[in-house]
Amino acid sequence: MPELPVSVIVNGVSRTAVVEPRKTLADFLRDDCRLTGTHLGCEHGVCGACTVILDGRAVRSCLVFAVQAEGSEITTVEGLATDGELSAVQAAFESEHGLQCGFCTPGFVVSVTALLEQHPDPTDDEIREGLSGNLCRCTGYQGILRAVRVAAEATKARTA
Amino acid sequence: MTMTTPGTAARYIGQSVRRKEDRRLLTGHGLYVDDVSLPGMLHAAFLRSEVAKATITKLDVTAARALPGVVAVFTWEDFNGRFGEAWHSMLGEELIVPPPLAIGDVRHVGDPIALVVAESRYLAEDALDLIELDLDVVTPAVDYATAAADTEHLVHAGWGLPSNAMVDVPFMPLSGDLDEAFAAAAHVIECTIRQNRYVPVPMEARGIVASWTSGRDEMEIVAATQSVHEARNFFARYLGIPEGNITVSARDVGGGFGQKMFVFREECAVVLASRLLERPVKWIEDRRENLMAAGHSRNELGKVRLAIDDDHVIQAIAIDHVADVGAYPICPAVADLQLLPGPYKIPRLGFSMSMVWTNTMGKAAYRGPWMFETTAREMAIDHAARTLGIDPVELRRKNLLSSPDLPFTSPAGNVFQEITPLETLDQALEMLDYEAFRAEQAAARAEGRLLGLGICVYVEPTSMNVPSLGTEGATVRIESSGKVVAYLGTTSHGQSIETTMAQIVADQLGVSYDDVTVVQGETQSTPYGPGTGGSRTAVVAGGAAREAALVVRDKVLAVAAHSLEASPADLEIEHGNVFVKGTPTKSLTMRDVAKAAYTHAQDLPADIGTGLEATVRFRPTQFPTWSNATHLCVVEIDRDTCIPRILRYIVSEDCGRMINPGVVEGQIFGGVVQGIGGVLLEDFVYDADGNPLTTTFVDYLLPTTTEVPMIEIGHIETDSTTNPGGYKGMGEGGAIGAHAAVANAVGDALAHLGINANSTPLGPNDIHRLLVEAGAD
Repeated sequence: MPELPVSVIVNGVSRTAVVEPRKTLADFLRDDCRLTGTHLGCEHGVCGACTVILDGRAVRSCLVFAVQAEGSEITTVEGLATDGELSAVQAAFESEHGLQCGFCTPGFVVSVTALLEQHPDPTDDEIREGLSGNLCRCTGYQGILRAVRVAAEATKARTA
Repeated sequence: MTMTTPGTAARYIGQSVRRKEDRRLLTGHGLYVDDVSLPGMLHAAFLRSEVAKATITKLDVTAARALPGVVAVFTWEDFNGRFGEAWHSMLGEELIVPPPLAIGDVRHVGDPIALVVAESRYLAEDALDLIELDLDVVTPAVDYATAAADTEHLVHAGWGLPSNAMVDVPFMPLSGDLDEAFAAAAHVIECTIRQNRYVPVPMEARGIVASWTSGRDEMEIVAATQSVHEARNFFARYLGIPEGNITVSARDVGGGFGQKMFVFREECAVVLASRLLERPVKWIEDRRENLMAAGHSRNELGKVRLAIDDDHVIQAIAIDHVADVGAYPICPAVADLQLLPGPYKIPRLGFSMSMVWTNTMGKAAYRGPWMFETTAREMAIDHAARTLGIDPVELRRKNLLSSPDLPFTSPAGNVFQEITPLETLDQALEMLDYEAFRAEQAAARAEGRLLGLGICVYVEPTSMNVPSLGTEGATVRIESSGKVVAYLGTTSHGQSIETTMAQIVADQLGVSYDDVTVVQGETQSTPYGPGTGGSRTAVVAGGAAREAALVVRDKVLAVAAHSLEASPADLEIEHGNVFVKGTPTKSLTMRDVAKAAYTHAQDLPADIGTGLEATVRFRPTQFPTWSNATHLCVVEIDRDTCIPRILRYIVSEDCGRMINPGVVEGQIFGGVVQGIGGVLLEDFVYDADGNPLTTTFVDYLLPTTTEVPMIEIGHIETDSTTNPGGYKGMGEGGAIGAHAAVANAVGDALAHLGINANSTPLGPNDIHRLLVEAGAD
């Protein structure tokens, strides 16, 4: 299969590689960029573990080919903390016990980050609906739902 | 062993301290098996059977081998004679892991037939399509309820086995007067309880990287496992090399819930491939494989009989039990029928037991593998209450154990102590406001609404003494900086072990939680541990960590006493400083003590100049350590859509002294939601030909944020006496209690329509069918 060049900006850093057109964005991030925080939980677009922010929108990187992302800006879970300080969402997941095994966590943290950008003051229904595309098998979602509320309050306080 | 009294008051135990695991996991720096990349690493993919039962008539891998980028294609002949013993310490030498690849025939969909190893996973999967496979398909045995008596369709005909019964224990009364009790009973209640097949589904599927170095005869393995040490011991036997030549590690594991407790045949194949190719080989299974072929669970039925007298005292319980173990059970654990009477004062018990092979995926351990005893009893008790027209709470109250009844010996010989079944029921009912609920339910029924309450009360045998699980080891060492490392034999897959064990060690040593690092999940530096499962880490590993820390504490005091010219008895340790009681200025930091102990050891008397390190193997004084809980679930079923919605979920539990309430509650939440899923959403289905119909997340439905209630938890803390910390296990309880609680809630919502909902799943389609059958749709 003829390979194609891909150039993207990941977490503010320019990345270029030559890949097969069938290579998924998730595999490009994990294998070519060695950013292994983006996890693969189902590879058919249901579990949300591979969620990344692509040009401002949360997408499942297992359902996007790397070549489709040509020229895009991508944020992965590795790009959320700044200078070693956890983002408001990450800090809320820590304080509210929003993770256990941690495998689904990058997808949740990225999805919540995108959710709060769209809905800075979400209702409970908006939170539940907004996260219904991410699966977690450890927490029963209890700490995650608490964390979203705490993160929303913290983000509001920070921007107020 | 002697249990030492701790010298410092608890400062971290009992606190929901921040988790040590979180920072790396939240920033994408966890290290799961798929994150491992080694120079020269190859990628593996399996060709699996697409039919339930067939003879292989042609298997030609020539074209696959010729595909550029493919390094090898293995079939059974390539592995035959190249491996040794294939058994686990916990399961015994008789239960052998099946051959890594099929030998001549396939016995379930997903049975691995060939292994492709290539330069990338994409290429390995391409090559699978080039393998030529012809099969002579025959009729499989799929329905476990009939398979035991089926002598025509034999799962293991290939081995010459004449029956599908793996285990067949005829009815055994454990009480001499069981028949008399049933004959004399005012009421004999009979019902058949069926629990559907649902599966563990860790979010990280299975995976392994095996790397053989021929010149050194060393095998290095990274695996998604719950037990690095048992994996090492297994592969030492399997490869015929000493344990010391094998390293197994698992820094982060994305859930397991029992599924990853044992070595899989696929992992055996990958290890053999690496040894033959002398290169690192990685296998990461996809979700379809995980759902189809990583081990299945539940799928058991029981015909339950209860003998109840005029005062509604249960005089006897009996069950005829049948469990599906699939074709190749990975862990054939089924209901623990000796535990059928559970937390009740039921004096008589009898059971029969049948474990049946079918042409389906084999049984794996799943969070409370024996839990059908709880499901069968609790659903049968609700059935009895419905049949007798009495309150299920009153029936339970009349028969449940409570503290004044203890110790209590069950008909099977279980000795219960320090459990609180009635107390948890009362606490849960108070949290609910039971009277108000029944009034609300009556009003709802009058409006034609379907509102129900489900109850489940159970005891959980944690930290059991099944072979190999009795002990854990810990090494605690104060390093030259004064900081502490605890080396444990555990393998965490989400249990917060780095956190809870650090809390224990910090409290015993009087040092800061931040100054304790826990090392686990690798075999070269840690003491042997049989694996993280069976709700045993708090009790057994916690006991080891505690006792090792206390030995080190005594060493610290001895060294400090010499330096401070004081008696060890006059010293205290707080915040990492050792000081003379009442004279805080006369003190040493832990770093000072470490310097004295290591750098200037020659200046110390011989008996105390031995460093600041201790290894302890710990064994609880009794097995098991019992914990208990009551679950309450309130469900409302939509009359139009038949969708059941959980309005409230309440757990009152007693896991003894809590090390970290946040961790305890997290375990309960996760287990409960798995039970909710198993009743309302999750159902692994085969058609009559043995084809799995639910091999994606679009067909196999896990609970999401839109289905789960906010779960309310009440705690009763009754210290256990099996271990000095007073801990009890609790990792499985949520999943054990939730199934019957949710099923009983749906049952209660439908009861007034004359419906006995005694089988799960109970999703909208099942509820609709029950309503139609009752003429109430």
